Amino acid sequence: MSNEPRQQIYDSTAPSTDTRESRMGEGVDDRFNSKLREAFGASPFILTKFDNFMNWVRGSSMFMLQFGIACCSIEMIHSYAIKHDLDRFGAGVPRASPRQADVMIVPGTIVSKFGPRMKRVYDQMPEPKFVVGMGSCTISGGPFQQGYNVVKGAEEIIPVDIHVPGCPPRPEALIYGVAKLQERIANGESSPVVVKPYELEEFGDLPRDELVQKLADQIDEDDLVMRYNWADSP
Amino acid sequence: MSTELERAVTETVTEEELEALIGDRALARDDHKNAPGFVVRPDDVQDVLLDLREEAGFDHLSCVTAQQYEDRYESIYHLKKYADPTQEVSVVVPTSVDDPVSQTAEPVFRSADWAEREAFDLVGIDYEGHPDPRRILLPETWQGHPLSLDYDQEKPQIVTLTEHANPIQPDHRDEESDTMFLNIGPHHPATHGVLHVKTVLDGETVADVDPDIGYLHRSEEQMCQQGTYRHQIMPYPDRWDYVSAGILNEWAYARTAEDLADLEVPEYAQVIRTMSAELSRIASHMLALGTFALDVYGDFTAIFQYTFRDREIVQDILEDLTGQRLMFNYFRLGGVAWDLPEPREEFFAKVRDFLDDLPAKVAEYNDLVTSNEIFQIRCVDTGILEPEVAKQYGCTGPVARGSGIDYDLRRDDPYGYYPNLEWNVVTEDGCDNYSRVLVRMQEVEESAKIIEQCIDLLEEWPEDERNIQSNVPRTLKPDADTETYRAVEAAKGELGIYIRSDGTDKPGRFKIRSPSFHNLSALEEMTKGEYIPDLVASLGSLDIVLGEVDR
Repeated sequence: MSNEPRQQIYDSTAPSTDTRESRMGEGVDDRFNSKLREAFGASPFILTKFDNFMNWVRGSSMFMLQFGIACCSIEMIHSYAIKHDLDRFGAGVPRASPRQADVMIVPGTIVSKFGPRMKRVYDQMPEPKFVVGMGSCTISGGPFQQGYNVVKGAEEIIPVDIHVPGCPPRPEALIYGVAKLQERIANGESSPVVVKPYELEEFGDLPRDELVQKLADQIDEDDLVMRYNWADSP
Repeated sequence: MSTELERAVTETVTEEELEALIGDRALARDDHKNAPGFVVRPDDVQDVLLDLREEAGFDHLSCVTAQQYEDRYESIYHLKKYADPTQEVSVVVPTSVDDPVSQTAEPVFRSADWAEREAFDLVGIDYEGHPDPRRILLPETWQGHPLSLDYDQEKPQIVTLTEHANPIQPDHRDEESDTMFLNIGPHHPATHGVLHVKTVLDGETVADVDPDIGYLHRSEEQMCQQGTYRHQIMPYPDRWDYVSAGILNEWAYARTAEDLADLEVPEYAQVIRTMSAELSRIASHMLALGTFALDVYGDFTAIFQYTFRDREIVQDILEDLTGQRLMFNYFRLGGVAWDLPEPREEFFAKVRDFLDDLPAKVAEYNDLVTSNEIFQIRCVDTGILEPEVAKQYGCTGPVARGSGIDYDLRRDDPYGYYPNLEWNVVTEDGCDNYSRVLVRMQEVEESAKIIEQCIDLLEEWPEDERNIQSNVPRTLKPDADTETYRAVEAAKGELGIYIRSDGTDKPGRFKIRSPSFHNLSALEEMTKGEYIPDLVASLGSLDIVLGEVDR
């Protein structure tokens, strides 16, 4: 018996060798080198600004926060799920923890009780972070704008980069909004904040008006509170 | 005694018998369109309700409505029977404006616990003897009661962000026990939205559960009270149970308003309504199944995506029919917005394709989910909800039917085209998480049966008899002080609406009885003493939707 492998093993390995050779060609493996690489010549380098490079990287790999509030979250789930598949655009992995996410899609109506919690979740996200407001409720309160308990838009609490209108927006609209956000990030644009947002403040720091006096025995001085001025809301 | 009670439960109680039973305690009659109403004194509430439950068999406190008039506050207890929901009675309890104190009904019906807390929160009636008189929907520091007449919504409010205190801490300070307080939510993947569950753990066992709701309280009742009957209210029901069960919710409003204003609905429109409602039910149950699989064994890849694949098909069909994927706004008072899309054959073919594929898909789900060993270990005999407990908490829908309560308003309180069709009410006797999933999966098959029969009918319908709406006045003004409470079988259970008209084109009081709200109130019974993973499974099997819990 020789040291050569038996004939049938030779035969059986042939096809896979063929495939590999046709994929990679002969000689040294250069599978990471694209046509673009060839066009640049022998040892190419690119001169760019570090910021541009970072913006491009940020826009191309976004981790979303898994954040369901109201009706829009159903359409948001449909955007993640099959058929629409937001992952195709490098933005499809919902993270359950805000510490791992860099984009927050706000999918729904924000009411007074949830406002401080949303602010806290937003604060927990690492910088740089971006917000996509989904649906009419995050723009103005939408159909519930006149409600006694409804915050008139997400921008009253956190800065919003992209507004996607609709009640609810279709998954395609949300995907367009995310694509627009990616474009803006890649171009290094930022959104101006035009609304003075509600802040989380220590109760003791609030001006002593009638309401604060009334609640003084219910709330500790150093508890964080959010004060809503409904009359000043748009 | 038990035989006497059984007789009372099944037999029809006449108005004379009710009058005799309540006797002198009834100060006056205040009949509603759906039921006889008896006015009783605020300190007779428990007495009267107990008699109605024990002697006359009214074992379902369907809804508690609170409202303020110029001269009084009023709580209305809408009672029904699980055995026959067409038998109804209302107990009306007026209290003075200066001192709105009324006796609590909580010792008689556990479901009054949350319902009265809501009434206190929104309208401001104090319930004497209530075990837990806190606000439920609004933050604890809220000033005023928003649905009372003198509320000024321009006033500023302060809302706190504090760590919630351990609700049972004083009892557990001894050296033996070592409990841990755990906040689940309001932003948490397993809570299906913005629910906050305050949990106290003893090791891995749940020692106490207190669901904290109101993170999506969007003032739906106020919105409906500001809209006109004819057009402005209909878009809102879509947004209560937003899991694409919109059409079922629209039907609740349509049924109530049609009853209030005595509107007829053409038969052809009833068939279309029935078909679209059942499509909605399939979409809703698909999501319930997918998210339950996600909760129980974190299956984001296969089952969750399969259910969403099927939901997409249903949503496509509904979009063809209504023009919207999720918020349909398709029903009108007295009918539907428009006829089936042209060409009709194409629409029928699309629905039939879906129905033809469905049995194979259901079989696939059964292979993947219900016959999966891990799934069964997680679900069988966990989250037990005994039928008597379920009735006490006012549970309805798949949650009640999973506990063996044979209660389905489509059959028991017929509306639409259901009485003319062949289908079955699904019940399971397991009372556990597994039974609730089984009920939903079988209901998908029953819904498919109903849709198929509707399609057959619609195909044959003569062209000149396709009447989609009856004549409804452009401005609808029902007579002043007409009151009615009507319910339909929505995806999660009995969705009821109480409307009082005040003679204008907008309702004087619009109260929503939400099935998820009452189902969620039973969570404590289901999970106390169980392990913490079973709490998550039980929450998933209740299939709540926060838009409907909080409204």
